Amino acid sequence: MHEMAIAQGILDIALTAAAENGAAAIVRIKLQVGAMTEVEPEALTFCFAALAAGTAAADASLEVEVTPLVGRCRDCGREFRVERFRFLCPACGSAAVEIISGRELRVEHLEVE
Amino acid sequence: MEIKVMANILDKNDQLAAEVNAHLSRRGIFTLNLLGSPGSGKTALLERTIAALKDELKLAVIEGDLFTDKDAARIARQGVPVVQINTGGGCHLDANMVKGVLASLDLDGLDLLIIENVGNLVCPAEFNIGEDAKATVLSVTEGEDKPLKYPLVFKQAGAVVVNKIDLLPYTSFDLAAATEDIASINPQVAIFPASCRTGEGLEGWYGWLRARVAAKKAAAAKGE
Repeated sequence: MHEMAIAQGILDIALTAAAENGAAAIVRIKLQVGAMTEVEPEALTFCFAALAAGTAAADASLEVEVTPLVGRCRDCGREFRVERFRFLCPACGSAAVEIISGRELRVEHLEVE
Repeated sequence: MEIKVMANILDKNDQLAAEVNAHLSRRGIFTLNLLGSPGSGKTALLERTIAALKDELKLAVIEGDLFTDKDAARIARQGVPVVQINTGGGCHLDANMVKGVLASLDLDGLDLLIIENVGNLVCPAEFNIGEDAKATVLSVTEGEDKPLKYPLVFKQAGAVVVNKIDLLPYTSFDLAAATEDIASINPQVAIFPASCRTGEGLEGWYGWLRARVAAKKAAAAKGE
Protein backbone atom coordinates (compact mmCIF):
# COMPACT_ATOMS: atom_id res chain seq x y z
CA MET A 1 0.00 0.00 0.00
CA HIS A 2 2.06 2.88 -1.33
CA GLU A 3 -0.51 5.36 0.03
CA MET A 4 1.46 5.08 3.26
CA ALA A 5 4.53 6.62 1.59
CA ILE A 6 2.40 9.31 -0.02
CA ALA A 7 0.63 10.07 3.28
CA GLN A 8 4.04 10.42 4.94
CA GLY A 9 5.05 12.91 2.23
CA ILE A 10 1.89 14.95 2.84
CA LEU A 11 2.43 14.94 6.59
CA ASP A 12 6.07 16.05 6.27
CA ILE A 13 5.13 18.91 3.95
CA ALA A 14 2.20 20.01 6.13
CA LEU A 15 4.10 19.91 9.43
CA THR A 16 7.04 21.82 7.94
CA ALA A 17 4.79 24.51 6.45
CA ALA A 18 2.78 24.82 9.68
CA ALA A 19 5.94 25.16 11.81
CA GLU A 20 7.41 27.78 9.46
CA ASN A 21 4.24 29.81 9.88
CA GLY A 22 4.04 29.36 13.64
CA ALA A 23 0.74 27.48 13.48
CA ALA A 24 -0.27 25.31 16.45
CA ALA A 25 -2.70 23.02 14.67
CA ILE A 26 -3.58 22.06 11.11
CA VAL A 27 -7.30 21.95 10.47
CA ARG A 28 -7.49 21.06 6.81
CA ILE A 29 -5.12 20.01 4.06
CA LYS A 30 -6.15 20.63 0.48
CA LEU A 31 -4.63 18.19 -2.01
CA GLN A 32 -4.62 17.96 -5.77
CA VAL A 33 -4.54 14.37 -7.00
CA GLY A 34 -4.48 13.78 -10.73
CA ALA A 35 -6.88 11.39 -12.44
CA MET A 36 -3.88 9.46 -13.80
CA THR A 37 -2.21 8.71 -10.48
CA GLU A 38 -2.27 5.43 -8.64
CA VAL A 39 -3.71 6.90 -5.45
CA GLU A 40 -6.85 5.71 -3.72
CA PRO A 41 -8.22 8.67 -1.70
CA GLU A 42 -9.86 6.45 0.95
CA ALA A 43 -6.66 4.50 1.55
CA LEU A 44 -4.77 7.78 1.65
CA THR A 45 -7.09 9.22 4.30
CA PHE A 46 -6.76 6.06 6.39
CA CYS A 47 -2.95 6.08 6.21
CA PHE A 48 -2.76 9.79 6.92
CA ALA A 49 -4.87 9.48 10.09
CA ALA A 50 -2.59 6.70 11.36
CA LEU A 51 0.58 8.71 10.71
CA ALA A 52 -0.73 12.08 11.93
CA ALA A 53 -1.79 10.84 15.38
CA GLY A 54 0.04 12.81 18.06
CA THR A 55 1.20 15.56 15.67
CA ALA A 56 -0.12 19.08 14.92
CA ALA A 57 -2.01 17.47 12.04
CA ALA A 58 -3.81 14.90 14.22
CA ASP A 59 -7.22 16.51 13.65
CA ALA A 60 -6.61 17.67 10.11
CA SER A 61 -9.02 16.60 7.41
CA LEU A 62 -7.80 15.84 3.90
CA GLU A 63 -9.68 17.47 1.07
CA VAL A 64 -8.88 15.87 -2.26
CA GLU A 65 -9.48 17.67 -5.51
CA VAL A 66 -9.18 15.21 -8.38
CA THR A 67 -7.74 17.02 -11.39
CA PRO A 68 -8.84 15.78 -14.81
CA LEU A 69 -6.54 14.15 -17.34
CA VAL A 70 -5.88 16.79 -20.00
CA GLY A 71 -3.50 16.51 -22.93
CA ARG A 72 -2.06 19.08 -25.32
CA CYS A 73 -1.09 18.30 -28.87
CA ARG A 74 2.47 19.43 -29.61
CA ASP A 75 1.66 19.61 -33.32
CA CYS A 76 -1.60 21.57 -33.50
CA GLY A 77 -1.86 22.94 -29.95
CA ARG A 78 -5.28 21.43 -29.25
CA GLU A 79 -6.04 20.86 -25.55
CA PHE A 80 -8.43 18.01 -24.77
CA ARG A 81 -9.76 15.72 -22.05
CA VAL A 82 -8.09 12.34 -22.47
CA GLU A 83 -10.76 9.62 -22.52
CA ARG A 84 -9.94 5.94 -21.98
CA PHE A 85 -6.25 6.91 -21.80
CA ARG A 86 -6.15 7.51 -25.53
CA PHE A 87 -3.19 9.83 -26.10
CA LEU A 88 -3.92 10.76 -29.69
CA CYS A 89 -4.98 14.26 -30.71
CA PRO A 90 -8.69 14.27 -31.60
CA ALA A 91 -8.12 17.21 -33.97
CA CYS A 92 -5.11 16.17 -36.06
CA GLY A 93 -4.45 12.56 -35.02
CA SER A 94 -0.92 13.32 -33.82
CA ALA A 95 0.66 11.03 -31.23
CA ALA A 96 2.79 13.88 -29.85
CA VAL A 97 0.55 14.57 -26.87
CA GLU A 98 1.87 15.90 -23.58
CA ILE A 99 0.02 15.68 -20.28
CA ILE A 100 -0.77 19.14 -18.89
CA SER A 101 -3.03 17.96 -16.06
CA GLY A 102 -3.86 14.68 -14.38
CA ARG A 103 -0.51 13.67 -12.86
CA GLU A 104 -0.64 16.03 -9.86
CA LEU A 105 0.22 14.76 -6.40
CA ARG A 106 0.40 18.07 -4.65
CA VAL A 107 -0.33 19.79 -1.35
CA GLU A 108 -2.07 22.95 -2.46
CA HIS A 109 -2.76 24.73 0.81
CA LEU A 110 -3.30 24.27 4.54
CA GLU A 111 -5.80 25.77 6.90
CA VAL A 112 -4.23 26.28 10.31
CA GLU A 113 -4.97 27.87 13.64
CA MET B 1 -5.36 31.16 8.44
CA GLU B 2 -4.59 29.69 5.04
CA ILE B 3 -1.05 28.77 4.03
CA LYS B 4 -0.37 28.40 0.31
CA VAL B 5 1.99 25.47 -0.17
CA MET B 6 1.90 24.08 -3.74
CA ALA B 7 4.44 21.35 -2.94
CA ASN B 8 4.80 18.09 -4.85
CA ILE B 9 4.28 15.21 -2.46
CA LEU B 10 6.88 13.00 -4.14
CA ASP B 11 9.51 15.75 -4.34
CA LYS B 12 11.81 14.14 -1.79
CA ASN B 13 11.79 10.84 -3.66
CA ASP B 14 12.23 12.61 -7.00
CA GLN B 15 15.27 14.51 -5.68
CA LEU B 16 16.86 11.29 -4.45
CA ALA B 17 16.06 9.64 -7.79
CA ALA B 18 17.80 12.52 -9.58
CA GLU B 19 20.87 12.02 -7.33
CA VAL B 20 20.96 8.30 -8.10
CA ASN B 21 20.56 8.99 -11.81
CA ALA B 22 23.33 11.61 -11.81
CA HIS B 23 25.66 9.21 -9.99
CA LEU B 24 25.07 6.50 -12.60
CA SER B 25 24.94 8.85 -15.60
CA ARG B 26 28.41 10.26 -14.83
CA ARG B 27 29.69 6.73 -15.40
CA GLY B 28 27.73 6.32 -18.62
CA ILE B 29 25.58 3.55 -17.16
CA PHE B 30 22.13 3.01 -18.65
CA THR B 31 19.71 2.17 -15.84
CA LEU B 32 16.46 0.30 -16.41
CA ASN B 33 13.55 -0.02 -13.98
CA LEU B 34 11.86 -3.35 -14.78
CA LEU B 35 8.19 -3.52 -13.82
CA GLY B 36 5.35 -6.02 -14.06
CA SER B 37 2.95 -8.25 -12.15
CA PRO B 38 4.14 -11.12 -9.97
CA GLY B 39 4.62 -14.06 -12.30
CA SER B 40 4.68 -11.99 -15.50
CA GLY B 41 8.23 -13.16 -16.21
CA LYS B 42 10.45 -10.25 -15.12
CA THR B 43 13.15 -12.55 -13.75
CA ALA B 44 12.87 -14.90 -16.73
CA LEU B 45 13.33 -11.89 -19.03
CA LEU B 46 16.38 -10.88 -17.00
CA GLU B 47 17.87 -14.36 -17.30
CA ARG B 48 17.39 -14.33 -21.07
CA THR B 49 18.74 -10.79 -21.36
CA ILE B 50 21.84 -11.55 -19.32
CA ALA B 51 22.55 -14.73 -21.31
CA ALA B 52 22.21 -12.82 -24.58
CA LEU B 53 24.15 -9.68 -23.67
CA LYS B 54 26.72 -10.57 -21.03
CA ASP B 55 29.50 -11.21 -23.54
CA GLU B 56 29.13 -7.76 -25.12
CA LEU B 57 27.98 -5.62 -22.16
CA LYS B 58 28.96 -5.41 -18.53
CA LEU B 59 25.74 -5.83 -16.56
CA ALA B 60 24.66 -5.69 -12.95
CA VAL B 61 21.28 -6.26 -11.35
CA ILE B 62 19.45 -4.91 -8.31
CA GLU B 63 16.65 -7.24 -7.24
CA GLY B 64 13.66 -5.83 -5.39
CA ASP B 65 11.60 -8.36 -3.49
CA LEU B 66 9.24 -8.34 -0.53
CA PHE B 67 11.08 -10.85 1.66
CA THR B 68 13.10 -13.45 -0.27
CA ASP B 69 16.35 -13.62 -2.23
CA LYS B 70 15.07 -16.29 -4.63
CA ASP B 71 15.30 -14.00 -7.68
CA ALA B 72 18.76 -12.74 -6.70
CA ALA B 73 19.94 -16.34 -6.45
CA ARG B 74 18.62 -17.00 -9.98
CA ILE B 75 20.53 -13.98 -11.29
CA ALA B 76 23.72 -14.84 -9.40
CA ARG B 77 23.75 -18.21 -11.18
CA GLN B 78 24.11 -16.24 -14.44
CA GLY B 79 27.43 -14.92 -13.21
CA VAL B 80 26.61 -11.22 -13.00
CA PRO B 81 26.82 -9.02 -9.88
CA VAL B 82 23.49 -8.79 -8.08
CA VAL B 83 22.37 -6.91 -4.99
CA GLN B 84 19.18 -7.73 -3.14
CA ILE B 85 16.79 -5.17 -1.66
CA ASN B 86 14.10 -6.63 0.59
CA THR B 87 11.30 -4.16 1.15
CA GLY B 88 9.95 -6.14 4.12
CA GLY B 89 6.45 -6.20 2.67
CA GLY B 90 6.69 -2.76 1.02
CA CYS B 91 4.93 -2.78 -2.34
CA HIS B 92 7.52 -0.80 -4.32
CA LEU B 93 11.15 0.25 -4.41
CA ASP B 94 11.90 3.91 -3.75
CA ALA B 95 14.92 6.01 -4.65
CA ASN B 96 16.32 5.92 -1.13
CA MET B 97 16.47 2.10 -1.16
CA VAL B 98 18.39 2.14 -4.44
CA LYS B 99 20.73 4.86 -3.18
CA GLY B 100 21.40 2.69 -0.14
CA VAL B 101 22.73 -0.26 -2.14
CA LEU B 102 24.70 1.58 -4.84
CA ALA B 103 27.87 1.46 -2.75
CA SER B 104 27.74 -2.34 -2.67
CA LEU B 105 27.89 -2.55 -6.48
CA ASP B 106 31.12 -2.17 -8.44
CA LEU B 107 30.11 0.47 -10.99
CA ASP B 108 33.48 0.64 -12.76
CA GLY B 109 33.09 -0.11 -16.44
CA LEU B 110 29.44 -1.02 -16.01
CA ASP B 111 27.25 -0.53 -19.12
CA LEU B 112 23.82 -1.59 -17.98
CA LEU B 113 22.15 -1.70 -14.58
CA ILE B 114 18.76 -3.40 -14.43
CA ILE B 115 16.63 -2.92 -11.33
CA GLU B 116 13.85 -5.47 -11.00
CA ASN B 117 11.07 -3.83 -9.04
CA VAL B 118 8.60 -5.52 -6.71
CA GLY B 119 5.97 -7.43 -8.71
CA ASN B 120 3.06 -4.99 -8.86
CA LEU B 121 1.40 -2.94 -11.62
CA VAL B 122 0.21 -0.14 -9.32
CA CYS B 123 2.58 1.22 -6.69
CA PRO B 124 5.99 1.13 -8.41
CA ALA B 125 4.63 3.31 -11.22
CA GLU B 126 4.55 6.36 -8.92
CA PHE B 127 8.12 6.11 -7.62
CA ASN B 128 11.14 7.01 -9.72
CA ILE B 129 14.22 5.18 -8.50
CA GLY B 130 16.92 6.85 -10.58
CA GLU B 131 16.28 5.02 -13.84
CA ASP B 132 16.79 6.28 -17.39
CA ALA B 133 13.81 4.27 -18.59
CA LYS B 134 11.14 1.91 -17.38
CA ALA B 135 10.21 -1.33 -19.10
CA THR B 136 7.00 -3.18 -18.28
CA VAL B 137 6.40 -6.90 -18.69
CA LEU B 138 2.83 -8.00 -19.38
CA SER B 139 2.13 -11.70 -19.79
CA VAL B 140 -0.50 -13.33 -21.94
CA THR B 141 -1.99 -15.19 -18.96
CA GLU B 142 -2.87 -11.90 -17.20
CA GLY B 143 -5.43 -10.94 -19.84
CA GLU B 144 -5.45 -8.16 -22.42
CA ASP B 145 -7.52 -5.81 -20.24
CA LYS B 146 -4.54 -4.94 -18.02
CA PRO B 147 -3.15 -1.94 -19.94
CA LEU B 148 -6.42 -0.01 -19.58
CA LYS B 149 -6.80 -1.09 -15.94
CA TYR B 150 -3.26 -0.05 -14.99
CA PRO B 151 -2.50 2.63 -17.58
CA LEU B 152 0.22 4.51 -15.69
CA VAL B 153 2.72 1.65 -15.67
CA PHE B 154 2.28 1.36 -19.45
CA LYS B 155 2.28 5.12 -20.03
CA GLN B 156 5.64 5.51 -18.35
CA ALA B 157 7.37 2.59 -20.04
CA GLY B 158 9.92 3.04 -22.80
CA ALA B 159 9.36 -0.59 -23.77
CA VAL B 160 6.72 -3.23 -23.09
CA VAL B 161 7.47 -6.93 -23.42
CA VAL B 162 4.31 -8.99 -23.93
CA ASN B 163 5.58 -12.28 -22.55
CA LYS B 164 4.43 -15.90 -22.84
CA ILE B 165 3.23 -15.65 -26.45
CA ASP B 166 3.95 -19.41 -26.68
CA LEU B 167 0.75 -19.76 -24.59
CA LEU B 168 -1.43 -17.75 -27.01
CA PRO B 169 -3.08 -20.88 -28.50
CA TYR B 170 -4.24 -21.92 -25.00
CA THR B 171 -5.74 -18.60 -23.88
CA SER B 172 -8.31 -16.11 -25.16
CA PHE B 173 -5.72 -13.31 -24.98
CA ASP B 174 -6.23 -10.91 -27.89
CA LEU B 175 -2.70 -9.78 -28.78
CA ALA B 176 -3.88 -7.24 -31.35
CA ALA B 177 -6.22 -5.60 -28.82
CA ALA B 178 -3.56 -5.51 -26.12
CA THR B 179 -1.02 -4.00 -28.49
CA GLU B 180 -3.53 -1.42 -29.68
CA ASP B 181 -4.41 -0.39 -26.12
CA ILE B 182 -0.75 -0.08 -25.12
CA ALA B 183 0.03 1.98 -28.23
CA SER B 184 -2.95 4.24 -27.57
CA ILE B 185 -1.90 4.85 -23.96
CA ASN B 186 1.72 5.35 -25.01
CA PRO B 187 2.18 5.98 -28.74
CA GLN B 188 5.99 6.24 -28.39
CA VAL B 189 6.50 2.88 -26.64
CA ALA B 190 8.32 -0.05 -28.24
CA ILE B 191 6.26 -3.25 -27.92
CA PHE B 192 7.90 -6.69 -28.10
CA PRO B 193 5.63 -9.76 -28.13
CA ALA B 194 7.93 -12.52 -26.94
CA SER B 195 8.35 -15.75 -25.05
CA CYS B 196 11.02 -15.96 -22.39
CA ARG B 197 10.53 -19.73 -22.39
CA THR B 198 11.33 -20.28 -26.08
CA GLY B 199 13.27 -17.07 -26.73
CA GLU B 200 10.96 -16.09 -29.59
CA GLY B 201 10.63 -12.35 -30.22
CA LEU B 202 13.41 -11.27 -27.87
CA GLU B 203 15.88 -10.04 -30.53
CA GLY B 204 13.98 -6.76 -30.81
CA TRP B 205 14.14 -6.28 -27.05
CA TYR B 206 17.91 -6.90 -27.02
CA GLY B 207 18.27 -4.39 -29.85
CA TRP B 208 16.25 -1.81 -27.92
CA LEU B 209 18.54 -2.25 -24.90
CA ARG B 210 21.73 -2.13 -27.00
CA ALA B 211 20.60 1.14 -28.60
CA ARG B 212 19.82 2.69 -25.18
CA VAL B 213 23.17 1.63 -23.76
CA ALA B 214 25.01 3.04 -26.81
CA ALA B 215 23.10 6.36 -26.62
CA LYS B 216 23.87 6.67 -22.92
CA LYS B 217 27.58 6.05 -23.51
CA ALA B 218 27.66 8.62 -26.30
CA ALA B 219 25.93 11.21 -24.10
CA ALA B 220 28.37 10.53 -21.22
CA ALA B 221 31.36 10.85 -23.56
CA LYS B 222 30.08 14.28 -24.65
CA GLY B 223 29.77 15.21 -21.00
CA GLU B 224 26.01 15.64 -21.05
